[in-house]
Parts: sequence; C-alpha cells; structure tokens
Amino acid sequence: MSTQHSRSAAKLMIAPATFFLFVWMLVPLVMTLYYSFRRYRLLTPERQGWAGFGNYSSFIDNPAFWSAMGNTLLLVGGVLIITIVLGVLFALLLDMPMFGQGIVRILVIAPFFVMPTVSALVWKNFFMNPVNGLFAFAAKAMGMQPYDFLSQAPLASIIGIVSWQWLPFATLILLTAIQSLDSEQLEAAEMDGAPALSRFFYIKLPHLSRAITVVILIQTIFLLSVFAEILVTTNGGPGTASTNLTYLVYAKSLLSFDVGAGSAGGVIAIILANIVAIFLMRAIGKNLDS
Amino acid sequence: MARAISTRRKIGITALAWALGLLIFFPILWTFLTSFKSEADAIADPPMFLNFNWTLENYFAVQERSDYFKHFWNSVVIAGGSTLLGLIIAVPAAWSMAFVPGKHTKDILMWMLSTKMMPPVGVLIPIYLIFRSTGLLDSRIGLVMVMTLINLPIIVWMLYTYFKEIPGEILEAARMDGAGLREEIIHVLTPMAVPGIASTLLLNVILAWNEAFWTLNLATAKAAPLTTFIASYSSPEGLFYAKLSAASIMAIAPILIMGWFSQKQLVRGLTFGAVK
Repeated sequence: MSTQHSRSAAKLMIAPATFFLFVWMLVPLVMTLYYSFRRYRLLTPERQGWAGFGNYSSFIDNPAFWSAMGNTLLLVGGVLIITIVLGVLFALLLDMPMFGQGIVRILVIAPFFVMPTVSALVWKNFFMNPVNGLFAFAAKAMGMQPYDFLSQAPLASIIGIVSWQWLPFATLILLTAIQSLDSEQLEAAEMDGAPALSRFFYIKLPHLSRAITVVILIQTIFLLSVFAEILVTTNGGPGTASTNLTYLVYAKSLLSFDVGAGSAGGVIAIILANIVAIFLMRAIGKNLDS
Repeated sequence: MARAISTRRKIGITALAWALGLLIFFPILWTFLTSFKSEADAIADPPMFLNFNWTLENYFAVQERSDYFKHFWNSVVIAGGSTLLGLIIAVPAAWSMAFVPGKHTKDILMWMLSTKMMPPVGVLIPIYLIFRSTGLLDSRIGLVMVMTLINLPIIVWMLYTYFKEIPGEILEAARMDGAGLREEIIHVLTPMAVPGIASTLLLNVILAWNEAFWTLNLATAKAAPLTTFIASYSSPEGLFYAKLSAASIMAIAPILIMGWFSQKQLVRGLTFGAVK
C-alpha cells in the first residue's frame, strides 16, 4: 500500500542507477558501431573516412578471425565440459558425510579467489615450464621428455588453467543446489531399493538441471571474455594458436591501432555474447516470477 | 532423520575428499611454500617441498624492487572506491524496487542485468579513446568509474534479493505506528538490511580486486593495481620464482581470506539470485 509520495520518491531513487547504466551502455555502443564503419587508424589519424562494411569484411576475411572463432568455441566448450562434469562429481562428494567438510570446501573453492594474472603465471612458471616446472620434473623422474605445454599445446594448456579457476564456481553452485534437495524423497527411493546410480540419474541430476543451466550460461558470459590468462601465458601464440575473439580484438585495436577493424570485431563479439545472453535472461527471468 | 552410515565408509569418503581438495589447492600451497625459498631452492632439482631454508627475504625484495605497496594501495582504492560508490548508487535503487515495486520494476531489473552481458572487448575502443582524450588513462579515478559501472548490476541485484527477504508486514506495522518514510528507512529497514549490504560489499570488493581486463588495458604504471603489477612479472627478464611467489601471495592473500567468508553470498551474487 504505497502512497503517491513514496512512489515518486521511489522513482527518484532508481534514477541515478538507471541513468549511469544507460549512459555506460549506450555511449560506447554507439561509438563502437560508428567506428566499425569508419576507416580510422591511430597511427595515421588524418586519413579518415567511411569504410562501409570494409572493416567487417577485412576482419572476417582474415584467417586469424576463423581460428579465433574456433579457439573461442574450444575454450568455452572445453572449460564448460571439464568444470561441469568435475563440478557435479565434487558436489556429490562434498555433500556426503565426512570429517572436516568445511575445510575441504575451503580448499576446493580457493582458486576462484585467485586473480587471473596470478593463476596464469603460477601455472605457466611453476607447473608448465619445460625446464623448471613441476610437470617437467615429474616427466624426468619417470624417464620421459619434458613437454613444453604452452608452445606445443597452448590452447589446451589455457583451457586447463581456466578450468582450474572456474571449477570452484561450478562446484559451489551445484553443491548449494544439491543441499536444497528434499532428503525425504531420497530416503524414500533408498528404502524402495533404488541403487545409488539410479538415485543419481533420476532424482539428483534432474534436480540439478536448473543449477547446471545457470552455471553454463554465467560461465559462458565470462569465458567469452577470457583475456588476462592469454595475455600473460602465450600472448595469443604461437601464431594465433591460442588467440580468442577477445584477444584478437585487443590485438587489432591496441597493438595494431586499427580502430575500425577492432570496432568491427567488437560488434561481432557483442552479437555473439547477446545470443548467449538471451538464454541466460530467460533462465533468470523465470526465477523472478516464482 | 539422520541416515546411519558406517564409520569405515565415512573415513573412506573423508580420505578421498581431502586428497582431491589438496590437489585443487596445491598450486596455491606450492606458491606459498616457494615464496619462502631462496631463488636457488625455488628451482632446485628435485623440487624441495619443506626441507629448504625458510626465508622472508623475497617479501622485502618485492617491495624494494617494484614498490608493492603502491600497487596494493591502487587496488584498495579501486576496489574499495568502486564498491562504495556502487553501493551509494545501488542501495536507494534496490530499496525502492524491493519495497515500492512498480509496473516496470521487473523490466528495469532485467535491463540492468543485460548491461552485464556486454562483452568488455566490445566497448574497449570507445572507452580507451574517451579516456585518452580526457586524461583518465592510467588514473585511479577512471578505473573506479569503470569498475563501478561494470559491477553496478550485480550490486543492485544482490541488494534487491536481500531486501526482498525483509518481510513487508514490518514496514506496514511501522507505518501504522505513524512512521514516515525517513523513520522507516533509518529505524526499521537499515538494521535489517545491514547484513545484506555487508555481503554485497564483500563480494564486490573481491570482484573488483580480481578484475583483469580493464585494469590491464587502462592502467599501465601510475594507477596500476595488483593485477597489472603481477602481469609485469610475465616478461622474461630472468626467472624470479621465489619473488614471483611472494608477490603473488601478497596479491591474493587479502581476497582469499575475504572469499572464504563470503562463500554463500558468492552463489547468490553471481547467479543473480537464481540459485540460493
């Protein structure tokens, strides 16, 4: 039962947040769109003009674009598969009765709080380095040749690092979801003699499906923008072997100073992210109604 | 109804869970141990686990060599400043959407969320150019602004889900007793809202502290926070494993501790209330 007075006060209170977000969203977006149709290089700023779709076609015709698209897909897909499969298993395990559950949980979620540049450098130097890394020592101890992870399998190595960062997120959310499961239903199934595997597939997994959807969507939003991990480990290389779309746009705009082509890439990244966003918004919007 | 479970099975589960937990945690543990080694011990073959000469010299060396505290302070200002500014803007908005919902409240919330879906790289160029021409490049003020805006949707959403849980009857009772809007906010809502605001604050400091796209692209020297500072160790100017470890531990320790306190809020904040 709100009065007229409190209604207008309410509008006034939302205004700053709405205004700032609106400006933050609209101004750069319009500018990116504008630049994506302009010929504009920071090194030769005097030669400007309309480029039509020239920036788009040169960005897409570049073989680096298709390899970046492929890498983006592999990176997002690879990390999603690893974190969700392991996340479900970890969540199931952590839900079981054990000694020191709280401490184990703290150990498992810790990587999420490590800043991306630190985790990338830790893995790059202490583990994957072919001379001084622990993996190299382990290989030598077993009589094998050390493997140079970041130059021979750069993308797979980055997928590994990013998975380590995001596994805690998936585990924590799935664990929260499992713990909200009605235990009476599980007990009834157990009493009726349902084996553990069918209890998992017929009761736990369906219950988790919503949480899994949310994990997939939110991680996808973040994983499309993986940047620091690539910057400090491989710089996108060798060649473009570990360049994703985000890194390619960065390289075009801030390394080759091609504002036009970089903006065209930015617009493509926005379109891609929006396709994912539509599904995410639906999943979250449903929750608002309930 | 507690299910009976044999102690042997519980011990087995405990062993497995601890082994996996330590495996996941190992890179952090190893970095921690390496930070107390001499540079020679840090790359010894075979690797030294605990049997080295413990030393604190790396922590002092990091400060001397690259002025750690300057970057630490930049991180504090950027993460803290953007969180406080975000709260100042978001608390009134979330309050009014939770307690005086209008026809469009849901649309506004969804729209705010949608701004979070914008990939940063899509707006990198305009922001970079605007910052360059206004002198905001490599400034803490500029980073505070960007960080406030990218986290504002999360702050509004988190606060909204917390405020929603405050029972409306209490407000009505206060109104019946003749409390005005101001009394209502100060005496009734604020005490109930403080835990939610604190959780939101915690999560946002963590997110802003670890943000590494805008900080790497917009701050190079003077305003560089710890994310950028650590990235400078990637240049191959010689391998300083022990010093890199010390710098890393100092960069992540405060957030690791805060993070452990905010596990529950993390789920709520990062799923926009979809999983609680």
